[in-house]
Amino acid sequence: MRGVADQTALEEADIGGKADRAVVRDALGVGVAVGLSGFAFGVTSAGSGLTLLQTCALSLLVFTGASQFALVGALAAGGSPFTAAAGAFFLGVRNAFYGLRLSQLLALPRVVRPFAAQWVIDETAAVTLAQPTRRAARLGFVVTGLSLYILWNLTTLLGALGAEAIGDTDAWGLDAAGPAVFLALLAPMLKTGTERVVAALAVLLGLGLLPVLPAGVPVLLAALAAPLVLWADGRRKGQGAAR
Amino acid sequence: MNVWIAIGATALGCYAVKLAGLLVPAGALERPLVKRLAALLPVALLAALTAQQTFADGQSPTLDARAAGLTAAAVALVLRAPFLLVVAAAVLVTAGVRALGAG
Repeated sequence: MRGVADQTALEEADIGGKADRAVVRDALGVGVAVGLSGFAFGVTSAGSGLTLLQTCALSLLVFTGASQFALVGALAAGGSPFTAAAGAFFLGVRNAFYGLRLSQLLALPRVVRPFAAQWVIDETAAVTLAQPTRRAARLGFVVTGLSLYILWNLTTLLGALGAEAIGDTDAWGLDAAGPAVFLALLAPMLKTGTERVVAALAVLLGLGLLPVLPAGVPVLLAALAAPLVLWADGRRKGQGAAR
Repeated sequence: MNVWIAIGATALGCYAVKLAGLLVPAGALERPLVKRLAALLPVALLAALTAQQTFADGQSPTLDARAAGLTAAAVALVLRAPFLLVVAAAVLVTAGVRALGAG
């Protein structure tokens, strides 16, 4: 009997080991792929006129790609620091909702949370929420967070240094990196008609208001597409129910 | 100086919302309307930002090589290419179109 129990324990440990390795592989895959795109951010930021120190400070302290790209884009377009920061902040608000779901899954002690918070972003949430157990979730969160944080900051530095060597970043098409990152984040969110209507309305508002309002403001007004479409949806459903 | 103000404000704000998500008790933000709005807000912002940084130069609407680059990125996304490849496609096609002298 003992032998059988030992055998079972061994097999379980083996399955655990295999599962751990699979989690680490997935987490590293995401961490490395996205971490490397920090290069595009470093180049874009330096090309927008930010200094090396400012560019690196953004990746170290803000550490959420879409907000970083949005901020340097708005500053380059001549936006005031506050409208630029507001746009970046509103993009970062989604991380609060990742944190909410992650805190249930990871069950972190209170003292650890301020340190874990900086890693609560799209990619860590995607990897962590896909794990079946708490052990796998914690492993996925730590490996994705650590590999992404190290690589993102390293490649930001290299990108910012490279931008000076490259000279005219536009000639290399690097001004297309920012919008391509936005599009890649946006695409998986366009699941239903509601999301597509919100996106289309936001594009119209964002481009239509651009020539008539100060830089950075049109994006903030385009965000109103979300509550507008929700309100219209609610009204339509309300009328449908009344009939 | 202005740039540092923007960096400081963004860093503080973005860290605060990340931490808030981990500290707020579950259920506080679980109201259906709040969740729907939170899911739709990044859709609106990302769509507007993509459009502005592709089809505008400063405050004036423009059609240049970036449009070709973003079309390539969209095709890569439809083909389920990995993140890095999507960005690379946009950069390479934009550079290629510019090298050919268009836009």
